[in-house]
Amino acid sequence: MSAVWISVVVVGLATIAIKAAGPLLLARRTPPPRAQAALEHLAPALLAALVVTQALGGDNGGFTIDARLAGLAAGATALLLRAPLLLVITAAAVTAALVRVVA
Amino acid sequence: MRRLTDPTARGPGRRTYLDGVRAAAPIGVAALAFGVSFGVLARAAGMGRIAPVVMSVTTFAGSAQFAVASILGAGGGLVTAIVAAVLLNLRYGPIGLSAAGSFEGPWWRRALTAQLIVDESWAIAQRDDGRLDRHLLVGAGLLLLVCWTAGTALGAFAGDLVADPESLGLDAAFPALFLALLWPQVRDRSRLLAAVGGAAIALVLMPFTGPGVPIVAASLACLVGARRSR
Repeated sequence: MSAVWISVVVVGLATIAIKAAGPLLLARRTPPPRAQAALEHLAPALLAALVVTQALGGDNGGFTIDARLAGLAAGATALLLRAPLLLVITAAAVTAALVRVVA
Repeated sequence: MRRLTDPTARGPGRRTYLDGVRAAAPIGVAALAFGVSFGVLARAAGMGRIAPVVMSVTTFAGSAQFAVASILGAGGGLVTAIVAAVLLNLRYGPIGLSAAGSFEGPWWRRALTAQLIVDESWAIAQRDDGRLDRHLLVGAGLLLLVCWTAGTALGAFAGDLVADPESLGLDAAFPALFLALLWPQVRDRSRLLAAVGGAAIALVLMPFTGPGVPIVAASLACLVGARRSR
């Protein structure tokens, strides 16, 4: 088997196992209240981390400041104006595209 | 959350798979475009045409797939590529734990539903009570899987025809999406604290670790929830 197919199979199986682990291990078992409370705070913690890494992440780790930041600012402005999700995303994409045209 | 994800909401609690498809539609466009660029990049990296498509169906996680293609393409070695991809996908461990209570049915159905978890579908399916809406997750996950895989095939087989998603600003759509989904989540002090903590952990670690590690470490910020519930 070539390196390409080995990586496709191994990464695929590992990802399937990682995704299935929680739902299989915790089947029909409610975690203790404090663990449950922690898990309910996972969404804000991870979403905030994703905003940071998606807006600033470089190709090989580290930071890259580019048009994504202007796009994110436009998206945040749209959010403050109570725009719907589609408009928030579109504002971010269009702004980043315009910044790249100008820059 | 309801305002953002489901303009057709008829009341709390009753969502359909179609609501999930609708909620994910705008980000589906971006997933399609990035699927195309993954197909193009993977083919240029010597992965051929079939393997990238198979990978999009089975791995179904953009950042890990881009990492494998770019490392293999740069001659970085098989083990490096696999380790990088697994690190990037480790966040689905805690995410799966948080989703477990919302799944139903026999083990194989729980395992299968879990495969539709990606950052975007998981974020869209968040409910106000901290659980996941299974219908929203499945609808959104299926749409994203179809868009991502179709895009990959398009890129691998006919890549020269399509524009670069970055020139369309589509890479800026993802942080904006996560910000929009974070917005209704920070509705009390402890959730705000978790968000600030997650962002801070990611920021501090990003210069020092490979991609993937900052997001996994940021999940530790959820512990502020345990502290408060005492």
